[in-house]
Amino acid sequence: MKPFAYARASDRDGARAEAADNALYIAGGTNLLDLMKLEVMAPDKLVDINRLDLSELADTDDGGLRIGALVTNSDCAADQRIRRDYPLLSRAILAGASGQLRNKATTGGNLCQRTRCYYFYDTAMPCNKREPGSGCQALAGFNRIHAILGASEACIATYPGDMAVAMTALDARVEIENVDGAIRQIPIQDFHCLPGDNPERDNILENGDLITAVILPRPVEGKQIYRKVRDRASYAFALCSVAAVVQMDRETIAAAALAFGGLAHKPWRDETVEALLVGEKPSAQLFGRAADQLLAEAQGHGSNDFKIPLTRRVMISVLQEATEKGAAA
Amino acid sequence: MTAHHKMDKADSRNRLDDMVQGLVGSPMDRPDGPLKVSGQATYAHEWDVPGMLFGVLARATISKGRVTDVASIPLIGKDGVRAVITDDRLLRRPAQGGADEAPPQGSRQVDYFGQPIALVVADTFEQARHAANILKISYEPMANAAFDPEAEDTPTDKPEDDQLDQGDLDKAMADAPFTVDQVYRTPGHNSAAMEPHCAIASWDGDKLTLRGSYQMLNFNINELADALHIVPENIRMLSPFVGGGFGSKLGISPEAVSAALAAKEIGQPVCVALSRPQVFETTMRRSETRQHVRLACGTDGVLTGLGHECLVSNLPEEEFYEPVTQATHFMYGGKNRKLGIQVARINRTCGGSVRAPGEAVGMQVLENAMDELAEEAGIDPVELRRRNVPDRHPEQDIPYSSRRFIEALDEGAKLFEWHKRNKTPGSLREGDWLVGHGMAGAARVNILSEAKARVTLCADGTAVVETDMTDIGTGTYAILTQIAGDMLGLPASKVETKLGDTDFPAGPGSGGSWGASSAGSAVFLACEEIRKKLAEQIGSEETDLALANGRAGTGESMRSFADILDGQDISAIGHIEPGKTLEEWQQATYGSYFAEVAVNAVTGETRVKRMLGVFGAGRILNEKTATSQCYGGMIWGIGSALTEELVFDDRDGHIVNHDLAEYHVPVNLDVPQIEVVLLEERDALASPIQAKGIGELGICGAAAAVTNAIYNATGIRVRDYPATLDKLLARLPEQ
Repeated sequence: MKPFAYARASDRDGARAEAADNALYIAGGTNLLDLMKLEVMAPDKLVDINRLDLSELADTDDGGLRIGALVTNSDCAADQRIRRDYPLLSRAILAGASGQLRNKATTGGNLCQRTRCYYFYDTAMPCNKREPGSGCQALAGFNRIHAILGASEACIATYPGDMAVAMTALDARVEIENVDGAIRQIPIQDFHCLPGDNPERDNILENGDLITAVILPRPVEGKQIYRKVRDRASYAFALCSVAAVVQMDRETIAAAALAFGGLAHKPWRDETVEALLVGEKPSAQLFGRAADQLLAEAQGHGSNDFKIPLTRRVMISVLQEATEKGAAA
Repeated sequence: MTAHHKMDKADSRNRLDDMVQGLVGSPMDRPDGPLKVSGQATYAHEWDVPGMLFGVLARATISKGRVTDVASIPLIGKDGVRAVITDDRLLRRPAQGGADEAPPQGSRQVDYFGQPIALVVADTFEQARHAANILKISYEPMANAAFDPEAEDTPTDKPEDDQLDQGDLDKAMADAPFTVDQVYRTPGHNSAAMEPHCAIASWDGDKLTLRGSYQMLNFNINELADALHIVPENIRMLSPFVGGGFGSKLGISPEAVSAALAAKEIGQPVCVALSRPQVFETTMRRSETRQHVRLACGTDGVLTGLGHECLVSNLPEEEFYEPVTQATHFMYGGKNRKLGIQVARINRTCGGSVRAPGEAVGMQVLENAMDELAEEAGIDPVELRRRNVPDRHPEQDIPYSSRRFIEALDEGAKLFEWHKRNKTPGSLREGDWLVGHGMAGAARVNILSEAKARVTLCADGTAVVETDMTDIGTGTYAILTQIAGDMLGLPASKVETKLGDTDFPAGPGSGGSWGASSAGSAVFLACEEIRKKLAEQIGSEETDLALANGRAGTGESMRSFADILDGQDISAIGHIEPGKTLEEWQQATYGSYFAEVAVNAVTGETRVKRMLGVFGAGRILNEKTATSQCYGGMIWGIGSALTEELVFDDRDGHIVNHDLAEYHVPVNLDVPQIEVVLLEERDALASPIQAKGIGELGICGAAAAVTNAIYNATGIRVRDYPATLDKLLARLPEQ
């Protein structure tokens, strides 16, 4: 581990004041500390934000929920309002990591967790995300967990999380305070980046930006499903996950929000797929067409080729479940 | 006073059955358990040695070649860095189990990616780790490295004494009404012990004390002495607690020698711990295997031919190879036989013993092939196995010692309600889940190993057991306490077992499942000797002597030990050696596995719903620790079947998934309620305590029960382990 400076902020002004080039905020540290030990990341300074007043999970004026950036994954998943109105989010969080990690990991930190690409983690390997311009070893290497959508020649890494996938299907917004104290909200779909030519960039955060909350809109009716497929029953990242919020109007699909994990450098949402479903009667043919639309541009890289048929099957299965008659889940 | 016994003939006295203290066999809690759960058991890395520095190994980032320069100078003296050790005695590879001498040394030659090149020593661990990470190593790579064991131009050789060609297998295959002829593959494995390897070396003049995490100190001390070019008398190794070994700590690894060299050079104690990726890269891997199995049987299901030809891999010059066919030689009959091993020489991490080398992967595949044959021949898989249990060893024509294979099959089938299963593959569906059942046989060779232990019956009426034998989480502390307690008539609380110190008599070490029966026999022999002395002192025959609760006598007149001993301890060393019974009888342990799985019809994910293992391993010394060993083995089997796989990059042979996030051992949710049944058995030919090894039996075929169940659930044979969902996906039902 490279030596680093450490500052503990007691409030947001203090945190921003400590922000500097190559400084990082640390909350739970469940990913960052690992990466620092391996020297995959080597910040000069850590600003500890755990004392900031961002641990509240509060109702918003328009009937939604404001999840403070420091609300732990465990607390978020266990919150009665989340469980009642956004069960998808609770299930997604509980599908990730382990109890110990979820006790420590925070909402803001989870959004910032980095890829699990094997080559990113091994500093002896070239990696454009870790060392821009050094090359991508995953492209022609072992890439079981890698992207089939939205990747580039420079990087085929995936965003590994579950929580953000559910939040994407729920149309959440991320609240960010910049280094000057200005607050902005952006749709979570726009928070993570595609790799393009700059895979070193995971998300749109600028230096000194502090995530302060994730805001959920007022709950919608309908079925919510989170299906995660992985290589063992627990404590493994998604090979493919599907977050779905589907509303029916009698026999037809009134609204559908679908987000996918494990497929791309960000939680993947394709509104053309949703548009194809809305107003239609559920059928195997319809779901097959929707899957074709989702995967039209999908590209396997060898060891992850299976993700294409896997995603197709899981998506169809989730849509079948979401449109079945029966009580809303 | 030494009681020596060579196991040249059966010992049917079953003496432990006559002891009245009642400890042996009972599910006694481990005496070391409370220490472990309360943090009072000191593991290798936890010793606080005054003045200790920290060393971190720097790794090779090429796969074959020579080191031309290690840029130490810019680092030394800065940021706490004290030294960069590049001594020619650094280990290039770990020592194989039982090597008893140094493994290849000299890190200037690079044989595989991740090989340790230098040890960076600093005041703190963090400083050392950072310096090791930035240490610049220059190489002259060689282009002719080989990474793929199956590539045509990869050099291979055949160990001459492990090839069998008996009768005419080709003809048997051609003539038989039912045959199986299939190629199976199993991937490499890592032991993945919870505790990473660690050594703390401290010198007092010429005397070295090495606190480490090792399985077989009796060999390790000689390996270390040889590597350091010193005499073993100048070394004391301490491994009182070992956080799992599974083969990876049988021999010394690079941390031991580098810590000793650095401590000597700097003149301060040095601690070297491996990181998890280093454990993967620089300790032993189990070889991947390619196994060509051929089975031929008549309409009666009786085997007429059996072929098991295997390709495994290791580094050039390594003598060890995965002994895949070890149990195939004696498990089933069939007079036409062709068994063999071929070793591909590749530049990957050293291949060595990992969790039941041989049977873990060999039985797994043989039991898949038997399942395929059962289907071909239209015979129940349990019944097919029953019909092929040979009377005598099918190759050596020697008898078997006790063998409870058929009882294990029958008991397992009964308890699992095997007859109720659905016999048509792919036809039992519950919602999205396809449900199936499978079974497999288990076998593991039994080994008795030379062992010594000292037992002292103290004048105060307590006893002490001392041997350099280790407890790697297996329960050695418990069973040796139980044997001594029963033989000497003492409750467990009056017996203290001391292990893992080379100052004690040389035990057998923990490996190959031989530890319990071998060390246990040594303790038994020492106790017999003490009983003789006690008998002399009270003027009776040893065999008439009754011992219980700290009192000795001949029935009516029981006197306390303190009274009899009158201030004098009695001490004896028991010394067991294997003998003719190991050569003239085929000794092994046997069992059966039954599994129910559910395979997700959409995704191909497999979940084991229930699993039963029935085992016969001679006398069970402690029902609880023996059962736990079997649980562990069966969990390995689940991992081997479904998740575990070392992935190597084809381009440079490096291990891609070198941590526990991506090398998937089963987690709690992957493991259902497992039931273990231990059969009553005494093997008079195995040891004076009629016990055999049980440590590894639980894995030896377990994975096959799972994959056979996957076949029953889906109609899909996965012959390329592990059975991850991608291997099932294409043949799952249409949606």
